[in-house]
Amino acid sequence: MTYRLAPIDKRPFAAEREDDFTVIGSVVQRSDARGHVTGRTEFFEDVAPPGLLHLKMHRSARHHARIRGVDLTAALAVPGVTRILTHADIPNNLYTPLKLIGVGPDDEPILAVDKVRYLGEPICAVVAESEAAALEGAARVRVDYEDLPAVFDVEEALAEGAPLVNEYHGQNFFKYEGHHCRRIRFGDVEKAFGQADHVFEWRYESAPIEQAPTETTGCVVVPQADGRLRIHSDTQACFFTLDNTALILEVPFNRLRIVGGTVGGGFGGKVDVTVEPVACVAAMVTDRPVKFVYDRDEEMQVSSPRAAERIYIKDAVMDDGRIIGRKVTLYVDSGAYARHTPYGTTKAAAHLPGPYSIPNVWADCHCVFTNRTPSSAMRGFGVTIGDFALESQMDRVARALSMDPLRLRLLNAYRDGDLKAHRKVAEGTALVEVIQKTAELVGHELPEAYRRMSSTTREGL
Amino acid sequence: MPSQIVSLVVNGEPREFIARPGTTLLTILRESLGLTAAKRGCAQGSCGTCTVLVDDRPATACLVAVETVADHSVRTLEGVASDGNLDEVQSSFVDNFATQCGFCTAGMIMVAEALLDRDPDPSEEDVIEAISGNVCRCTGYRPIVIAILDAARRRREAGVEPGRPAEEAVSR
Repeated sequence: MTYRLAPIDKRPFAAEREDDFTVIGSVVQRSDARGHVTGRTEFFEDVAPPGLLHLKMHRSARHHARIRGVDLTAALAVPGVTRILTHADIPNNLYTPLKLIGVGPDDEPILAVDKVRYLGEPICAVVAESEAAALEGAARVRVDYEDLPAVFDVEEALAEGAPLVNEYHGQNFFKYEGHHCRRIRFGDVEKAFGQADHVFEWRYESAPIEQAPTETTGCVVVPQADGRLRIHSDTQACFFTLDNTALILEVPFNRLRIVGGTVGGGFGGKVDVTVEPVACVAAMVTDRPVKFVYDRDEEMQVSSPRAAERIYIKDAVMDDGRIIGRKVTLYVDSGAYARHTPYGTTKAAAHLPGPYSIPNVWADCHCVFTNRTPSSAMRGFGVTIGDFALESQMDRVARALSMDPLRLRLLNAYRDGDLKAHRKVAEGTALVEVIQKTAELVGHELPEAYRRMSSTTREGL
Repeated sequence: MPSQIVSLVVNGEPREFIARPGTTLLTILRESLGLTAAKRGCAQGSCGTCTVLVDDRPATACLVAVETVADHSVRTLEGVASDGNLDEVQSSFVDNFATQCGFCTAGMIMVAEALLDRDPDPSEEDVIEAISGNVCRCTGYRPIVIAILDAARRRREAGVEPGRPAEEAVSR
């Protein structure tokens, strides 16, 4: 073993009970490691029930189009194709995953009805005796499209005259309690810009990022003799998937049983409920086990990525480095449907203006619909891109003032007891100490006054 | 073409099965022989999760038509532990926290087995080169490299004889 176990610095935990420190600083073997190194860990696709049917999706070849008609004749003629599901087979075809916590409206069909809103949207599900037959059948479905103008840019989507992406919302943004975006209003930023020695404004932008787990998204659904469905899934959210699937199938929750918890890489990409509902319908109508697993190219194209974001930050800064005002306009690209992005946008708003005590803050955080792949969860979604922008902004401000970037942060870092822009009192902040320790570890010199700063007091500022 | 009977020596045991021409070694292992340690990650030979040893050389089983390796020897992760005892690579992966989600683990261990069989004292660069065809999306590469080097040390200390040296690594 090559681990260096440094003694724990318990000073920050002075208020904690000594006997609570039984795990930190010790080596605990992972409970699943032995299964992984012997190949005995059971992933969902290791289940091979007899009589298994395979499901493959026919997906939209258009970014935005009306569906004039779907011709299944050639697909049904493929030997081995047993059934093709369309929207008419799904008991409750319209849903949104966060309805479980009261977020609406339902805005996404399981299988497209009269319109597709992004490239790769599911239209019909081909069920067959073999994977090859299912693929062949899916390739032979013919869809007659009437193209509609599409929009791929968040600001263009909000401009007047932009094509309407999602009729269930009625406009190209998610409405938060009647507001067009998530907002922060704290102090008076315009006044701060008037008083500031410097005003700096820059734009930041990110592309969507695919989680690309090595195990693609999928499930195997096995009908049970008692009428229940056993769902072997690699979902990251077993109960969430179970509840949403039950709502879509219009069955009581106890008709479903999820066997999961083993996820071959998720990173947020396996939080959405994308394969289980349609596989369950296929298993119900055929009364046979059904497997629906994404190919690698499907995983890359249609599994929901981290949302693209565009962020404008405008700062009011004094000569000594104090930031007295910060205005942020943030656009999150939800793609064609809401999924988890209204929540991600709220997280983004909650994370502004960064870990700094700024007396005047104004933020508008827009969750925008475009004709791109729906975005959703990925590792701190809503927060990480904002951090990239905020911390890039801090570095650029420091550079513009010819100031040490760590000193700029120490000067503005929030202290315990500060009122944050969300009108919450900051507690247990520790940012000052973390920066000081980091500076020490990397040999970055700080003047005595900055080394003496503390997150528990505003003295010395 | 009709299906045919194919035989392989899998983890030292002769096995026979019926295969359609072109069926991949991965499909046979997983669906005919019930050996599910090797995984399908990309089905195009680029992620390495399906890696097994064919004649002691790493091969991406998703690209191998099984009739092309008829009567050859195949080693999978299921054949690495003996009598329930982990070998040095397996125990080193456990001790060095070289597993996260576990999906790449089978491929990583088989590549490591092949490396240590032909080179009992690899350099760090050799290890990195050996696992270069295996994707870990949890990006835990560092502990994996440490675990393989540690396994080599454990083997040398235990006086384990290197296996039959393999020829050139199979195209991957």
